[in-house]
Amino acid sequence: MSKMKKIFSALALSVLLAIPAPTLAAPASGKAPELQKWSFAGIFGTYDTNQLQRGFQIFQEVCSTCHGASLIAFRNLTEAGGPEFPESQIKQLASEYYIIDPELEEGERPAILADQWPNPFATEREAREVNGGALPPDFSVLAKARNLAKKFPMNFYDMATAYQEGGADFIYNLLVNYEDEPPHGVEIADNQQYNSFLGRGIAMMSPLMEELVEYDGDGVPLTVEQYAKDVTAFMYWMADPHLVSRKTIGLNVLIFLSVFALLMYLVKRRIWAGVKH
Amino acid sequence: MATNVKNDPTRRDFLYVTTAAVGAVGAAAAVWPLIDQMNPDATVKALAVIEADLSAIEVGQSVTFKWRGQPIFIRHRTAAEIETAKAVPLEDMIDPQTDAERVIAGHEQWLVMVGICTHLGCVPLGQKPDDLKGDFNGWFCPCHGSHYDSAGRIRKGPAPKNLLVPPYEFMSDTLVKIG
Amino acid sequence: MSSHSNYNPTNPVEKWFDERLPLIRFSKEHLMDFPTPKNINYWWTMGAVLAIVLVVQIVTGIILAMHYVPNIEMAFDSVEHIRRNVNYGRIIQGTHAVGASMFFFAVYIHMFRGLYYGSYKAPREILWILGVIIFLLMMATSFLGYTLPWGQMSYWGATVITNVFSAIPLVGTPILEFLRGGFVVDNPTLNRFFSLHYLLPFIIAAVVALHIWALHVPGNGNPTGVEVKSNADTIPFHPYYTMKDLFVIVVFFIPFAWFVFFAPDILGHADNYIRANPFVTPAHIVPEWYLLPFYAMLRAVDFDVLFINAKLGGVIVMFGSILILMVLPWLDKSKTRSGNYRPMFKPFFWLFVLNFLMLMYLGAQVAEGIYVILSKVGTAYYFGYFLIVLPILARIETPKPLPNSISESILDKHEAKAAKKIQIGGEGNE
Repeated sequence: MSKMKKIFSALALSVLLAIPAPTLAAPASGKAPELQKWSFAGIFGTYDTNQLQRGFQIFQEVCSTCHGASLIAFRNLTEAGGPEFPESQIKQLASEYYIIDPELEEGERPAILADQWPNPFATEREAREVNGGALPPDFSVLAKARNLAKKFPMNFYDMATAYQEGGADFIYNLLVNYEDEPPHGVEIADNQQYNSFLGRGIAMMSPLMEELVEYDGDGVPLTVEQYAKDVTAFMYWMADPHLVSRKTIGLNVLIFLSVFALLMYLVKRRIWAGVKH
Repeated sequence: MATNVKNDPTRRDFLYVTTAAVGAVGAAAAVWPLIDQMNPDATVKALAVIEADLSAIEVGQSVTFKWRGQPIFIRHRTAAEIETAKAVPLEDMIDPQTDAERVIAGHEQWLVMVGICTHLGCVPLGQKPDDLKGDFNGWFCPCHGSHYDSAGRIRKGPAPKNLLVPPYEFMSDTLVKIG
Repeated sequence: MSSHSNYNPTNPVEKWFDERLPLIRFSKEHLMDFPTPKNINYWWTMGAVLAIVLVVQIVTGIILAMHYVPNIEMAFDSVEHIRRNVNYGRIIQGTHAVGASMFFFAVYIHMFRGLYYGSYKAPREILWILGVIIFLLMMATSFLGYTLPWGQMSYWGATVITNVFSAIPLVGTPILEFLRGGFVVDNPTLNRFFSLHYLLPFIIAAVVALHIWALHVPGNGNPTGVEVKSNADTIPFHPYYTMKDLFVIVVFFIPFAWFVFFAPDILGHADNYIRANPFVTPAHIVPEWYLLPFYAMLRAVDFDVLFINAKLGGVIVMFGSILILMVLPWLDKSKTRSGNYRPMFKPFFWLFVLNFLMLMYLGAQVAEGIYVILSKVGTAYYFGYFLIVLPILARIETPKPLPNSISESILDKHEAKAAKKIQIGGEGNE
C-alpha cells in the first residue's frame, strides 16, 4: 500500500516538475539573448574539431554526471566531421564505462566503440531522486529541441542565410546567465537558482565556473563564456553529427543545380526561339 | 546574331548534348543515395569487426561469441585434442583439410569457427561440457546428425564442408580480432 | 482525343503491341503531341513541379518506411537512427520533411493561379474539384506524417486535430475513439496513422491521374481565358512545354536543396525534438506553416451562433473554408475567365491573396487581443470573397474586350512591344 502511494506521488511529482521543461523552447521572458558567431552556422559552416574536443571534455567532466547522451555511440567521437578523436583513445575511454548486458553472466561488460553512451542513471526515478525531483534532459538532440524563436521578418532572414542555430544560442545564453541571487521581489523554489536569461529559477545549479576544467595547453581562456561556447558546440554536434558532410554535399548540389538551370534555360530559349508566344 | 546561332547545327547539338549529359550525371548522383541507403548502416558496420578477449578461457573450455549476428565458437584445445586432430589421415575426411590449415601457426591451441552447420544452418552442440560431442569428440549437429571432429572438420553425416573459419588475427596472445 | 497523335508504328513488333495495348500511342498523345496553347506563362508550370514533388515524396517515403518503426517506444529513436546511422539518411529524411513544405508552396501557387485565371470555370469544374480533393488529401497526408516522429508536436498535433471530430454533436466521442483506437492518442493511433500515411499518397497519385485526364478533355486554359480555336493557337506539349517545365523544376530544386542541405530543421518546430509526453503540452502549439491560415480560421470562431457552440463553429468554418472551393465554379458566374480582363475583380483578388498571407501570419500568433480581431476580419473576407464579392462582380462588372483568339492576342502583344521599342528608340534620337 505504501509502495503504491510512493509510486503515485512520484508520478504526480514528475508531472508537476516536467511542466516548466517545454516552456524552455518558447522565447525566454528574461533578458535579451546574446547571439554568437557559431563556426557551424551558414552554408559554409563547419565544426571546429578542437572546440568539439574541448566541449567533449566539459561534457565528460561536468555534464555527464547527470546528463545522458543515449543516441551517441563511442565510435561517433572518432568519426569525420566530429571531434575526430584518435580511435585508440576512444577505445580506451569506452573500456572505462560499463554496459548492462543481461545475456552475460556478470550482467555487464566494458563498453566498445559500437556501444551507445551509457546513461548516468538506470531509471528516470533514480535520476529524479538524485536531482531533487528534476529530470536532467538527455543531450542527444537537446541543442535542436531548444530554440530562440524569431518573429517575422527575422525568421525569413534566417531562412535566407540558412541560420538554424537558435538552439545553440539558447543553450549558450542559459549557461552564462546564472545569478547568485534572484532580483528583488522574485521568488524561486528552494532547490533552484535564478537565471536571468530565462527570467526565472531553474533546477540545474550553475554548472560552470572559471578554471573549472583544465584545457590541454593551447592558450584557450578558462572562462565560463569559453566553456559555455565549447560545450554548446559539442552539444550541437551531438544533435547534428552529419552537418559538415551534409553542407559539403549541399554546396556541390547548389553549384550543379545552378549550372543545370542555366543550361535548361538556354535549351528552353533555343527551342522557343522560333515560336511567337 | 541570334539567327546565326539558330541556324548553326553544331552549336545547337552541343547545347543539347551538354545539357542532357549534365542532367544524366545529376540523375545518377541523386539515385545513388537512394540505393546506398539499403546497404548495412553505421550500427551494423560498427559490429562487423569484433575483438574477443581469450584470457579467461581455460584449456578444454569453449566460449561462444556473437559476430555479425552469428555464433562464433572459440575453443581452447587440449594437447590431446590437437594431437588427435593432427593424426587423422586426409583420405578419411569428407572435406580434406590438415589441422594446420584450420588454425593460425603459433596459436594452434585456439580453434575459431563460425558455429553454423554447413548442411542446413543449425547450430551444432559441443560448446558446453555436458553437450553431445558426436563420434569424433568435437561437435554434433542435432538437426541431421553431422559429426565434426576436434578441428571442426566434418567427418560423418550430411554436411558437405568443415565448419567455416572466419577471417581473424591475433592482436596479442589473448586478444583476437574477428572480421 | 486520339486525333492529336501522329504515331505511326513502322516496326512490326511495335505495331503488334499498339494493336493490343496502345500504351506508346497514349503516352505520345498525352505527354508529347498534346496541343497546348502557345501563350501559357510560367504560372502554369507548377503542375509539372507538383508531379515531380509527389514522386520525390513517394520515393523518399518508401525508403524511410524501410527504417522507421511505428511504435511509440521506438518511433522517435528510429527517426534519429535514420538521421544518424542510415547511409545518406539525414539527406533522405530531410528531403521528405522539407518536401512536404515545398509541396504546399507549389500547390498554393497552382491554386492561386487557378483562382486568378478562372481555371475553375466551365468546362473545367470537375478538373477543379479533383484539384480540391487532392489538396484535402495532401493536408490529411501531411498531418498523418507529422505524427510519425512521435515528438511533442507530433503527439499534441495529433491530439488537437483528432479532437476536432469531438465537436460533432452526439457521435463526436465515439468517432474520436474510433479514429484514435483508444481514449487518447497512443500506439494504435500511431500504427494506423503510419498505415494511412503510406496509403494516401497512392490515392493522391490516382486522383492526379484523373486530374490530368480531366485536364486533357477540354485542354489547358490560358492567360487570355479564350478557348483554343485553331491549330495556330497551339503547339505540341513536347518539346516546348516539357523543356519549359523541366527548366522550372530545376530552378524549384534550388530552394528545395537550400533547405534540405543547409537548414533542414528551420521549417519545423524545436519541440518536435522532445519525445512525446502525454502529460505535458508544449506552451505554444502551432501547426506547420502551410496549415496556418486554416488554423487561424478555426481559432477565429470563439463565439456561439444559435445552437452551434464556438468549438463546432470553428470546425465548420475550417472545413468550410476548403469545401467552399468545391462550389466555387457555381459562385463565380462571370463569363470572363481571366483576371486580366476583369478590372474590378483584380483588386479583390489581390486583397484575397494578402488576406490569406495575413491569416497565415495570424495562425502562428497567440490567440489574444488584436490577433483575434484580425483573424475574424480575415476569416470574414475569406468567405466574403467567395460568397459575396465574386457573385456580385459577376453581375455588375464590365470586362475588358477579349481578343478573338489566342494567336490574335499574341500578335497584339508583339505589335505593342514593337511599337514601344520604336517609341523608346525615337526618344533616344531626339
